[in-house]
Amino acid sequence: MAQVVLKEINKFYDSVHAVKDFNLQIRDKEFVVFVGPSGCGKTTTLRMIAGLESISAGDISIDGTVVNNLAPMDRDIAMVFQNYALYPHMSVYDNMAFGLKMRKFDRREIGQRVKEAADILGIGDYLKRKPRQLSGGQRQRVALGRAIVRHPRVFLFDEPLSNLDAKLRVQMRVELKKLHLRLGTTAVYVTHDQVEAMTLGDRVVVMKDGLVQQVGEPLELYNRPANKFVAGFIGSPAMNFANVTMTNGGGGITAKNAGLEIQVPGNEAERLRSHVGRQVTLGIRPEDLHVARDGDPAGLTFNSKIEVIEQLGSEILLDVRVGEGTMVAAVDPTTRAKVHETVRLTVNPERLHFFDSSTDMAI
Amino acid sequence: MIEGAIWRRWVFFYIPLTIFLIFLLFPFYWMVITTFRPDGELYRPWRAVNYNPFWTWNPTLLHIKYLFQETMFATWLMNTMFIALASTVISLFCGIFAGYALSRLNFPFAGSLGTGIFVTYLVPQTLLFIPLSEIIRNYQLGDTPWSLILTYPTFLIPFCTWLMMGYFKAVPKELEECARIDGASRWQAMLYIIIPVAVPGIMSAGIFAFTLSWNEFIYALVFLSSPEQKTVPVGVVSELIRGDVFFWGPLMAGALLGSIPVAIAYSFFVEHYVSGLTGSVKG
Amino acid sequence: MAVTTADVGVGTHSKPPRPKWRPLENERNLAFLLLLPTLTLLGLFIAYPFVRGILLSVSSARVGVPGEFVGLQNFYRLMGDPIFAHVVWNTCFYTAVTTVFKLALGLWLAILLNRNFRGKAFTRAFILLPFIIPTVLSTFAWKWMFDPTFSVLNWLFYKLGLISSAINWLGDPDLAMLSIIIVNIWRGVPFFAISLLAGLQTISPDLNEAAAIDGAKPWQRFIHITWPLLLPVTMVVVLFSVIQTFADFQIVYVMTGGGPANATHLFATYAYQLGVGTGILSMGAAVSLAMFPILFLIVIFQLLYIRRVETR
Repeated sequence: MAQVVLKEINKFYDSVHAVKDFNLQIRDKEFVVFVGPSGCGKTTTLRMIAGLESISAGDISIDGTVVNNLAPMDRDIAMVFQNYALYPHMSVYDNMAFGLKMRKFDRREIGQRVKEAADILGIGDYLKRKPRQLSGGQRQRVALGRAIVRHPRVFLFDEPLSNLDAKLRVQMRVELKKLHLRLGTTAVYVTHDQVEAMTLGDRVVVMKDGLVQQVGEPLELYNRPANKFVAGFIGSPAMNFANVTMTNGGGGITAKNAGLEIQVPGNEAERLRSHVGRQVTLGIRPEDLHVARDGDPAGLTFNSKIEVIEQLGSEILLDVRVGEGTMVAAVDPTTRAKVHETVRLTVNPERLHFFDSSTDMAI
Repeated sequence: MIEGAIWRRWVFFYIPLTIFLIFLLFPFYWMVITTFRPDGELYRPWRAVNYNPFWTWNPTLLHIKYLFQETMFATWLMNTMFIALASTVISLFCGIFAGYALSRLNFPFAGSLGTGIFVTYLVPQTLLFIPLSEIIRNYQLGDTPWSLILTYPTFLIPFCTWLMMGYFKAVPKELEECARIDGASRWQAMLYIIIPVAVPGIMSAGIFAFTLSWNEFIYALVFLSSPEQKTVPVGVVSELIRGDVFFWGPLMAGALLGSIPVAIAYSFFVEHYVSGLTGSVKG
Repeated sequence: MAVTTADVGVGTHSKPPRPKWRPLENERNLAFLLLLPTLTLLGLFIAYPFVRGILLSVSSARVGVPGEFVGLQNFYRLMGDPIFAHVVWNTCFYTAVTTVFKLALGLWLAILLNRNFRGKAFTRAFILLPFIIPTVLSTFAWKWMFDPTFSVLNWLFYKLGLISSAINWLGDPDLAMLSIIIVNIWRGVPFFAISLLAGLQTISPDLNEAAAIDGAKPWQRFIHITWPLLLPVTMVVVLFSVIQTFADFQIVYVMTGGGPANATHLFATYAYQLGVGTGILSMGAAVSLAMFPILFLIVIFQLLYIRRVETR
């Protein structure tokens, strides 16, 4: 059982509070992703799990043992770095065998494990080559292989796909997922790319400025973001935000600003009643807007002026002006639209998000 | 290349470059020529008729023979080679470890120690040779190669350290971290990962140290007295001059043959030497 | 052999880790161990002699006679010593003149080499020879070239009709100084040239091209772009060269031994003559140490200048 528990973890660099009160219980075999913008503390936390950074306060335990004072090599973990960190003067085989040699495994066992990992990753043909003779994707696999042969209790990944080109990144993402399904080892993965977080993670931890914003399964983060930051960070294109005032009207509660007036559906209305008369932030995802069709209720539509049209092939992104603000709508690829035209958009009433204007917390 | 007319290229480039090369390389040519010229030609007054100093039609090996038979030149060559190699090894050993510690480890006084080592590089041998000669005598090291093997590193180590620091700094931190996670101790990570990656730096420091050792004079002059212990520069100076008489033929032969080992070593490592030189200046 | 989830990664873990006592994992301990050999050697053979040198210079020691403490008497004697006055002047003059020329010629050579031409690598390798070859040996070649009776230079000038009687390179005080200056420049130009070349190569050619398009002439580009960007490297090179030249021994020892009439005596050669030649260790040490304040000032000045240039 390779459980990782982080309890009240704090990290200070001189006076900078880089990680604040980080609490998390990672289950055995779970694939957890730390995601957030640069400087949010995700890599620092990962390095504390690895033992490469000291822990200012709190405890980290692996399988019940507190590891705060254990050297990295005693924690039985393996790490994959962003720029692979392959030993340039050693062959692929020696790169993968290094950790086992340091731990005094015998030659036969080393050979067996290296072959095993090489077969899984498909790098069996490169064992004699040096890193500089390999492509980026191949090097990444060798870095993975080096981690696999150790049979560690936890895998740590520090933005391993960031240095690959876009196409390769998508490919490797799938391979990583398959690898995890196959090996079943607990994994902690750090990235700034929310797509990677969503596709790879069993659970995702969103961080900002050293603080955990939300922990949950990807879909939960997508459907029920805890605050405005998570709402805007997860999902691409990003969620649209508009400042609206809640008013009584139309037999219920409406969210209103210069450009639109949306009727809040009944079940939501209850929660928002206490905010009537006040300003809140309304969040609508681009994919929850579509071009108005006949029969769409008037309380859910509004006018907008098209400023830019982005043709993606699978969908069209309309950058529109609504009142004093702008929004992005992801609409059907067959939509006919022209710049500077006015278009009526309908919002999906099940998919309205509201955030308190001062705390940014979800309502 | 210089744009423009051919004449510009000649005037501004080829001619100045050629003049520089002649200026810089002529003395070596002179060494070679003198070595193979018979005494009769060497000692002709400079105003003599039909005197061509730049070539000889009667090359001779007499001077070289004299060098090896009448003096202990062969011994001096071996001494110098041994001392240079030993000093280089010691300096590399110290310089690599010190460079690693100063560039990749965190510890108090790291900055001041680094500056301290740099400062010792600036203390010239001519400042220390008198008190050092006393110390050498007190330790019973006088007139032995060890007097040099232990003192040469004093001006070789600072340079080697500095050079290695530059090379070590260029190795990414992740390499070491990965090794430590893989199971290597700091010591093992240094030995198996960082140092092998910095091998070009080690070669640069090595060839530089080697040439500097060969070039040292004052310590060798002061610490060594018996002819069989001398190094090439000291031997040439002291044994090929009898009073006021200079045996120019053997002298130049000694100069030439004494320069050849260094030149050969250098020729194998030119690139490393140049990067060592420029690395030390840019760092 | 099919590899399933059960075979790989699960159930084959090593025993739970038992932390061993690892003294060398501590950065401080490791650093101490690594620096120990260096500090020992430098302490024994630089710091210790330096202190002994100071002690010697304030004593009346001679070879075989330990002597007694005499305070600053030796230094007072030096200040009244006419030879010492020569030594100070000679060394300063020698250092200043050679440095200026080495810099100018080295820079010129570096600029010449800073282009691609056939045989560039070879040329660069050969150019360093004066710096690589043991100074004593190459200085002998020069001494032979300057020899009053057999000088090849005299022969050349005579043939070119420039002179009618021999130039007494090493016998005339002024010419002797000129001779050692020439040899020092000869030896030092390669060092300057190669180092400055490396500095030049870090200056992006885009800068010069942009300036050329803007209308700057070659010498203007040099003064406003090349020279300022080269300054950090230049200062370091000059620093090294000044120290080495100031403390020079080999060239003078071989060429003139300090003469004629003390015209070429430097600190190092005079210290040698007093300490080793006549055996008055205390006076020799005093002369050597007299170098230190001046060297120290030069070093401080240059280091400050370098720091200023780099942080500008």
